[in-house]
Amino acid sequence: MKKILLSLLLALGLHGNASASQAGYPWDKFPTEKLTDMAALQSGARLFVNYCLNCHSASYMRYNRLRDIGLTEDQIKKNLLFATEKVGETMKVSLDARQAKDWFGAQPPDLSVIARSRAEIGRGTGPDYLYTYLRTFYRDDSKATGWNNLAFPDVAMPHALWELQGQRRARFEEVKDAHDPSKTQHRFVGFEQVSAGAQSPVEFDESVADLVAFMAWMGEPAQATRIRVGVWVLLFLGVLTVFVWRLNAAYWRSVT
Amino acid sequence: MAEFRQVPADATTGQKLLNWVDNRFPLTKLWNDQWGKYYAPKNFNIWYIFGSLAMLVLVMQILTGIFLTMHYKPDAALAFASVEYIMRDVPWGWLVRYMHSTGASAFFIVVYLHMFRGLIYGSYRKPRELIWLFGCGIFLCLMAEAFMGYLLPWGQMSYWGAQVIVNLFAAVPFVGPDLALLIRGDYVVGDATLNRFFSFHVIAVPLVLLGLVVAHLIALHEVGSNNPDGIDIKKNLGPDGHPLDGIPSHPYYTTHDMFGACVFLFLFSAVVFFAPEGGGYFLEYNNYIEANPLKTPAHIAPVWYFTPFYSMLRATTDLMVNVLAVILAVAAVLGILRGNLSAAGKIVLAVGAIVAVALLKTFDAKFWGVVVMGGAVIILFFLPWLDRSPVRSIRYRPDWHKVVYGLMVFFFLVLGYLGAQPPSTAGNYVSQIGTLVYFGFFLLMPWWSRIGTFKPVPDRVTFRAH
Repeated sequence: MKKILLSLLLALGLHGNASASQAGYPWDKFPTEKLTDMAALQSGARLFVNYCLNCHSASYMRYNRLRDIGLTEDQIKKNLLFATEKVGETMKVSLDARQAKDWFGAQPPDLSVIARSRAEIGRGTGPDYLYTYLRTFYRDDSKATGWNNLAFPDVAMPHALWELQGQRRARFEEVKDAHDPSKTQHRFVGFEQVSAGAQSPVEFDESVADLVAFMAWMGEPAQATRIRVGVWVLLFLGVLTVFVWRLNAAYWRSVT
Repeated sequence: MAEFRQVPADATTGQKLLNWVDNRFPLTKLWNDQWGKYYAPKNFNIWYIFGSLAMLVLVMQILTGIFLTMHYKPDAALAFASVEYIMRDVPWGWLVRYMHSTGASAFFIVVYLHMFRGLIYGSYRKPRELIWLFGCGIFLCLMAEAFMGYLLPWGQMSYWGAQVIVNLFAAVPFVGPDLALLIRGDYVVGDATLNRFFSFHVIAVPLVLLGLVVAHLIALHEVGSNNPDGIDIKKNLGPDGHPLDGIPSHPYYTTHDMFGACVFLFLFSAVVFFAPEGGGYFLEYNNYIEANPLKTPAHIAPVWYFTPFYSMLRATTDLMVNVLAVILAVAAVLGILRGNLSAAGKIVLAVGAIVAVALLKTFDAKFWGVVVMGGAVIILFFLPWLDRSPVRSIRYRPDWHKVVYGLMVFFFLVLGYLGAQPPSTAGNYVSQIGTLVYFGFFLLMPWWSRIGTFKPVPDRVTFRAH
């Protein structure tokens, strides 16, 4: 009986994997230690305000919440506010939604909770996706913006960080499908640098990791508090459980 | 009217106050009947913790719900932002929200386990049929609560999940489209739908739910709790008139339940504080994208607690309808040949079967999918009359009955797993088998539950002192 159940479970597991493997480019692992690194989060905030916040809003995120990542209100006002925004306001953009749609073919999504929304069960976390996505842009002249992306094929967004990374092309090769010889697969082989960027590839990966760390933090600013409080709650409940367990045992000792 | 009682002149203020109340309202009597002097069997095992845990989660959901309602905006243009406002700008709002969202999943975990306890120990058998019926009503209310509550964050899954489920009602013959329109209040899920679901979620359904919970408890404390041995403890009374195998709920089950609640809260808090998304099963990732009526997600999956029933819906294809028609015909032929029916009875059965098969083939498979999904819940109501075994508890049933129960649970879990996956051919065959096993378990119960060698049921409960 157990063997039958096990084999059924296995079959189901395999079936699950098979459907997952149809999805495209595998995601890289986001370096999660950046999430608690204040310097990385601050550098990410600067990149976010400079490179993302022109087209994308983060309309649930207040500027002064950045105090949580170690910035003072003065620093926020001086370095991160450019126009007429007040420090207590949320990160809105003045880009008109309809014009944006005309220009890019799609409205740039709000980024407040983008890191939470992009996770996929069996594929990776939202930060994994963003970390991959922001590092896999390549030149593609067949696209209106001149850019394409491996993690998000035919994306409407151009490579916002191209000055840092430089321009790259992607090389593909046509491979015979191992399971079906009549089909060929369009397989990615590697990038080739066309023009250098302001940062080396290693520096660029660091920058993107900082930026993604900031977006992950922004997705849930209470995360650090949540974990800190959680440790105390569990400790308290653990101790309480021991006491209540003994209390219960004391009452039940006399029951025969 | 009860006699007006006096307390001695030297009684404490508390005693005087209680006496004053007791002469006007049966406070002490209620406490004693419902808990304080309610004698419960002393051999409860771990399965008996989930009733009180369900109560705990209910209270938690109501309390957190009250605070969420203070900040939430039931408006299609504001709802999504108001949830993020709660998560960011309301002090401790994130905690209240996570408790509520995790509480929904915890409620179903606890209630499924509570129902399974009732199933294996025969807690629904005479004289506890009404307790079971009230319980099934509570389960229905809970499903309605969860379904309508899930629309409120107004994310993509909220929106498209509601769209899919409401569209199911459109499959009902003749009145379907009008019925779906009536539920939505619009031609698509929209602001009107959000408003009415909010109203149902925060007041209408909770009112019914609370009423049913009170009825469930009153009925339970009237007839007394069942126990893992399925024995009537009231048959063995001691000289004080209380069951020998019973024990007053207070303090014994008070401390017991407190211990259970502590362990539960520990696990619950571990999820709330360290994994509030529940790996994408408690809070679906897609639901962090605001609802967009123009953009259908590639894969719409209901939240995990609905997936077994969703699988059964998807399993009901044209092929499945044919299989059901054949099974129905075979059952009717067997009934006519083997059943002890009068000539009139046989004719009624034959005509009924022919009409049923004709109906199966007339209406769309989609409609029968809805019937199957609804039937999977409704069938639970009939359990007290489907079970014909001479003993209540699984402990004294033939061993192979355990395999039957195990098979049902296994396939229920498999259906749950498949319901969360994108549809696939192999998965669909498995869920069709699962659906047949699930319904077979219940519909064939009048026969299989009687077969086998039952073990002798002891007079007194099995109890090992702590």
